[in-house]
Amino acid sequence: MINWPTFVSQLFNGLVLGALLALISSGLTIIYGTLGVLNLAHGAMFMLGGYAGWLAYTQTNSFIIAVLAGSIFVMLVGVVMERLIIRHFYSRPHEDQLLVTFGLGIVFVEAVRFFFGSLSKTVSAPAGLVGITPLGFMFYPTYRLALLGIVVVALIALYLVLYRTRIGMVVRAGIEDSAMVDALGIDVYKIFMLVFGIGAMAAGFAGIVNAPVVSIAPDVGESILVQTFVVVVIGGVGSFPGAVLGGLIAGEIISITSMFNPGYSYVMLFVAMTLVLVLRPYGLLGTAARE
Amino acid sequence: MVGRQQPFDALLSRRAMLKQTAALTAGLGVTLRFTPHAWAADHPAMGTFPAGTSGDTVNIAASVPRTGTYAVQGEDELKGWQLAVEHINNGDPLLQKIAPKVKKGLLGKKVNLLAADSAAKPNQAVQEQQRFINENKIILMTGSTSSAVAVALNHFAQREKILYVTGISGSNDTTGKDCVRYSFRQNFYGETAANAIGPVLVKQFGKNRKAAFMTPDYTYGHTVTKSVNEYLSKNASWQMVTNQVSPLGTQDFSQYLTNIANSGAEFLINVNWGRDAVLSIQQAKQFGILPKMTLVVPYQIPFLAKETGPELTAGVYAATDFWWTLEDKYPLAKMFVEAFYKKYNYRPEWGANNAYMSFAIWARMVSEASSFYPPDIIKQYEKGITFASTVGDVHFRPQDHQLVRPVVIVRGKAPKDMKHNEDYWEVVEVVPGESLMQKPDAFGCSLGEYT
Repeated sequence: MINWPTFVSQLFNGLVLGALLALISSGLTIIYGTLGVLNLAHGAMFMLGGYAGWLAYTQTNSFIIAVLAGSIFVMLVGVVMERLIIRHFYSRPHEDQLLVTFGLGIVFVEAVRFFFGSLSKTVSAPAGLVGITPLGFMFYPTYRLALLGIVVVALIALYLVLYRTRIGMVVRAGIEDSAMVDALGIDVYKIFMLVFGIGAMAAGFAGIVNAPVVSIAPDVGESILVQTFVVVVIGGVGSFPGAVLGGLIAGEIISITSMFNPGYSYVMLFVAMTLVLVLRPYGLLGTAARE
Repeated sequence: MVGRQQPFDALLSRRAMLKQTAALTAGLGVTLRFTPHAWAADHPAMGTFPAGTSGDTVNIAASVPRTGTYAVQGEDELKGWQLAVEHINNGDPLLQKIAPKVKKGLLGKKVNLLAADSAAKPNQAVQEQQRFINENKIILMTGSTSSAVAVALNHFAQREKILYVTGISGSNDTTGKDCVRYSFRQNFYGETAANAIGPVLVKQFGKNRKAAFMTPDYTYGHTVTKSVNEYLSKNASWQMVTNQVSPLGTQDFSQYLTNIANSGAEFLINVNWGRDAVLSIQQAKQFGILPKMTLVVPYQIPFLAKETGPELTAGVYAATDFWWTLEDKYPLAKMFVEAFYKKYNYRPEWGANNAYMSFAIWARMVSEASSFYPPDIIKQYEKGITFASTVGDVHFRPQDHQLVRPVVIVRGKAPKDMKHNEDYWEVVEVVPGESLMQKPDAFGCSLGEYT
């Protein structure tokens, strides 16, 4: 099994896997970085994006509309959730925040199960992206190739918003020191709402663009949530570049380990996380100051 | 007068003593109240006996996955159990074909089914059953759809001395090295699946073929893969070119499929189950592995064809416990499918049939033994008497508590051949069970004590 074609294939596959993890994790990490709230409903947001998109897809048969519907719906859910619930928890202890987001996650998952059942739903890839593409070293699903492109574009867009706009500047300032931003006369609560919306949208967007790959079920966010935590820990909590780097590292670890022994793919992921926690407790690109 | 005073005093003190005794008896009432049910010294209290059978209702409990990877299959099982309980309580003709002595209810008591979501996690299932024992004095446990749960509940049943009938459990270990006196399995398993589907594959595809395996990383996956691989390699020199082991609940199978794509295999033998099977098969299609390689499903998954779409299961060989078209062959299957369809508006998959049968068999054993005392019921099972089921005549093997029952080989129908939207599989062969089973002690079964 261990030969060059397999290695190159796994390297490439790790890249695709990692890109998606990076996108979902970046949503989680900017919310935590800015608001200080670890959103345990992030996996449920990923799932909601898939279902909202699927619903739009069954109505319109258009993948583009499905993606828009999935992203916008989850952004709205994020905004409403922040307005009605999360903002009352900013000053409360971390365990309360964990409990309320964990609870919301369960509510979202079970509500979806109630309305749509446990049977998985499929969203077809756009007609032009069905099939396989020869890469020389292996055949790769065309849609997964496209997904790599879509995710890279989304990550660049997120980067531009965070690093090249005034709002992004305020958000980043909020990550560093929200009290100071508040003192400068900027309505930090409006920014918090916006960040929560954008973070949720990243998960919702990932949920719908990933739907043609894995098909969706109410529990689809559960395992993703665990992986994104690992990514965020490896990359550095609150760091957007850290989420991207962590995502790629996680993707490669999962993929390349499977070449030697598939049973250890996820074990190695946690080994890597443990190593990072021991050697660099704030993550590869995180800084102690953010705490 | 003085002379008469003494006996009066004596009488008084006797009365006082009687009073004291009465008070003492009242104090002990909790324990003494049940003694009439524990008729004799050979029926001492154990587990929830006799407390669980003292009222006019007996409780039984299922811990079944209603969320997670096996949720879809769990819901189907639960419906099977519910239907069986309904049939026990109203003395349905179908149930009476299996358990002739059941009138309305069981030994004059109504049966009440409790259920909790196990999410296919062993710890969760054991905790739930412990709670049902404490709070509801259940006299029978069921549940699984993951052999990890079945094995955990096996040992728990033996410790607590409460009977356990497995739900879906395909591991060889359930009635092999992890077998216990207090547990019974109705359905087929790795070894019988392998020995049933093996000859069909060899006949169809010949010798010296290369196969890639996909295996979920727990007792079910490992034992099924081992049995299937051993059959094919010993009898037809098939070669396992790769075995991709993945954790239960995997979403993205790309890294495993990348290895398989590069392995040179001609067959994809997929042991994954539930949603893992659906996702791995769909993704194998995306990678172009299907239809390039031939898919084989050695341990059939309820609703697989419905979820992947019949295009992906067309022509696929699978071993299964039950498929609804067996109604053409077995009268009891017809009765079961009709009753189930009437109540739930779809045709039952094999999980529901297994659930129904396992409760019906339990009702049979209790009513034949005419006792709720667990060892009496176990000994009734162990008589190995042949009885009617939805797949013809069957009996239990006393040495390992495994039902000797046929394994059904099915082949996926192409969409154009389907008569309606549940007509996914055609039955190719019904292989009698006796010849498919290993020797009772081959997998290290030692049942343990009755009391």
